[in-house]
Amino acid sequence: MQTAKLKRTSLYASGANPINMIQAAFYNEDCLVYDMEDSVPNAEKDTARLLIYNTVRYHRPANKYVIIRVNGIYSEYIDEDLEAAVRARPDAIRIPKVEYREEAVRICQRITEIETEAGMEVGKIEVWCNIESYLGLINAYEIATADPRIVALALGAEDFTASMKAHRTKAGMEIFYARNMLLTACRHAGIEAIDAVFSDINDPEGLKEDTALTRNLGFDGKTCVHPRQIDIVNSFFTPSEKEIKYALRVLEAVEEGKRQKKGAVTLDGSMIDKPMELRARTTLAQAEAAGIAIGGMRK
Amino acid sequence: MINAVGREIPEKIGNYVVKPYAGPREAIEAEQPVCSRRKPSKRAAAENKLMPDLKSAIQACGLKDGMTISFHHSFREGDKIIVQVLSCIKELGIKGLRFAPSAVVNIKNPSIVDFVKDGTINRIQASGICGELGDAVVDGLELSEPVILRPHGARPHAIETGDLSIDVAFIGASAADDFGNCTGQIGPNACGSLGYSFIDSTNAENVVVITDNIVPFPCVPTSISQMYVDYVVKVDEIGDPKKIGAGATRMTKNPRDLLIAQRCADIMAASRLFKDGYSFQTGAGAIPVACTNYLADYTEQAGIQASFALGGMTGAIVEMHKRGLLRSMLCSQSFDAVAARAIAEYPNIVEIDNSMYANMFNKSCALDKLNFGVLGALEVDTDFNINILTGSSGEMMGGLGGGPDVADGADISIVTLPIIRGRIPSVVDKVFTCCTPGSSVAVVVTEAGIALNPKHKNYEMLKEDLDAAGIKTVSIEYLRDMAYSLTGVPKPVETTDKITCIVEYRDGTVIDVIRQIKRD
Repeated sequence: MQTAKLKRTSLYASGANPINMIQAAFYNEDCLVYDMEDSVPNAEKDTARLLIYNTVRYHRPANKYVIIRVNGIYSEYIDEDLEAAVRARPDAIRIPKVEYREEAVRICQRITEIETEAGMEVGKIEVWCNIESYLGLINAYEIATADPRIVALALGAEDFTASMKAHRTKAGMEIFYARNMLLTACRHAGIEAIDAVFSDINDPEGLKEDTALTRNLGFDGKTCVHPRQIDIVNSFFTPSEKEIKYALRVLEAVEEGKRQKKGAVTLDGSMIDKPMELRARTTLAQAEAAGIAIGGMRK
Repeated sequence: MINAVGREIPEKIGNYVVKPYAGPREAIEAEQPVCSRRKPSKRAAAENKLMPDLKSAIQACGLKDGMTISFHHSFREGDKIIVQVLSCIKELGIKGLRFAPSAVVNIKNPSIVDFVKDGTINRIQASGICGELGDAVVDGLELSEPVILRPHGARPHAIETGDLSIDVAFIGASAADDFGNCTGQIGPNACGSLGYSFIDSTNAENVVVITDNIVPFPCVPTSISQMYVDYVVKVDEIGDPKKIGAGATRMTKNPRDLLIAQRCADIMAASRLFKDGYSFQTGAGAIPVACTNYLADYTEQAGIQASFALGGMTGAIVEMHKRGLLRSMLCSQSFDAVAARAIAEYPNIVEIDNSMYANMFNKSCALDKLNFGVLGALEVDTDFNINILTGSSGEMMGGLGGGPDVADGADISIVTLPIIRGRIPSVVDKVFTCCTPGSSVAVVVTEAGIALNPKHKNYEMLKEDLDAAGIKTVSIEYLRDMAYSLTGVPKPVETTDKITCIVEYRDGTVIDVIRQIKRD
């Protein structure tokens, strides 16, 4: 399942920091991730959970794809985190350090149970799985296809390099394979791939180089560690004129197919499937977010 | 009575006869000659102006109980002159003075409050009284009349009408010669422009220049001429250079402030007034400095040059000048050390009289030519009225500065502020203290959105320009609702009937008063 909602940038806001949670809604990130995990000290897990629940349930920021990152699958907090996160009704729940298909299946089943108990529409909440270890990477495709809720895999480079006994560098050669592997799994599964953070918030040039690689490899977005990174990352996800024109042609073909009541639609000899259509819509949404009037003229 | 911004004000406050604010440009000025206390030469040509110490100078001026003394605030919190002078006055047993600096900075040990409590001072007039004095005043500090707060443009006007008649002006200078030619541009404690003191020097009955740096005659450059100076005093220290301004104000890393600054620069760059020869005032602080940097980049990208920057200067504006993006700087105040020294280094950076900057009753003032004015605020309300004085509990948190002048003078006045501060909303139904009338505010910029004022004189033009640039706007009510949704609606601050401060507008009318805060 792929949506046309933009996911170029994901910004974390700690549940332990109410001011940051408020301010995070005002930046230009596409996805706002309220965090119950790493940024929250153990002594504040309960208050952070309550704060995030109330924020998402009652003060949900408009025009953001809202995600809640819960604590680890094997942590003592996961049950209560999932209860609160599902009932808060975010767009997605982000699961840290997923390593096996079964883990993803179990979490998705639990989400279904809570949705049912709460009388919510079942299946509406999407799931992002963080791939943060070599095991997770090896099983990436299995995880990506474990449940229709799973719409994205996100690479967590810090823990991944630790699991590999590798050293994290700015150039990122140590995660080059992981990036490609994760992308391959996502593309095959038809879901979105989110790249790892660039940690140095005081190095905009380094961020640009890293994001250029992110974009060129084919990722759909990138996690940001600081609001100052958002506009830079977004700027790299501005589609080219060629991409925009192609997206327009795809959507015109789809519309023409509907008018002619055709079951299958083709463009340049290839059949247009649902993921292609959604990708075309994403391209146009990215263009609009970058201030480009469709037709190629910048606003 | 109710004035034009809906504030209830008595017709008379003690001996002060209230002229209520009647609307923009509604004040009618009596046609009377400019008042000055300055007298022709008082001394023989050979008489030495250099006095051995402050007390001698004070005595030579004939300072007596009940008189008015003035200072400038260009040394900011590094000022060591005011305390030295007041301490000498106290030792001389002179009481009941009216203290009328351009602004009161937060001086400690002793503070201005101490000089009020011991009776040295019993009246205060300034553009702002933030800090310990301000807090004491709103809590009912005993003065013989309410504090009069005037924006920068109104102070020279009050001096010229005789409403603020100065007996002795004490002017701190980082360099002076023995005849009184002086400046703030050179010396170890350079503070830059002495723009606030020009009017004091030409209108006070006595002028005392105080410096820690006597230079050979003539002092070059000279900001204030010997023509106006009665006495010169050398003291050990006039200020603390670290607090006067140690370096250029640095670009903030706060993402919220950067976002607001970027939006502010976006608005200017989108305006049709942003063309070769445009002019601006951005001011001091994190958002203005970041905004200046963004504006510089836009100016470079557009291949144009601004004609002048006005008012208080920062290193960021000097940098813009050095990059060739800004032709001239009309500097009434220097906010950091880079800006302070730049006047002497670059011929197109010009020190100007504060009256030339902002006094609307001059034959013209520089603000009349300003395209963009960027202003800070503590609160803005749904009528776009601005509070730059009092905080959420009624405490004194800022000064009027030139805010009301700039809003009125600029073609496009842009108010920047975060939508909430801590747990306090900044966009509210009604500001606690109205300092700047909403009719003079073109646009409010927050991290949560941009609100245009439909009642501003240039609304149609700005709306069209922002729409064309794809810059989205929201209503001021949307921003208020957003702020309230985050913080809740605060309980109104309760006050007694006692008026502690009279807030004058730039035309000398009363726009608001501040009453004593009721404490539990």
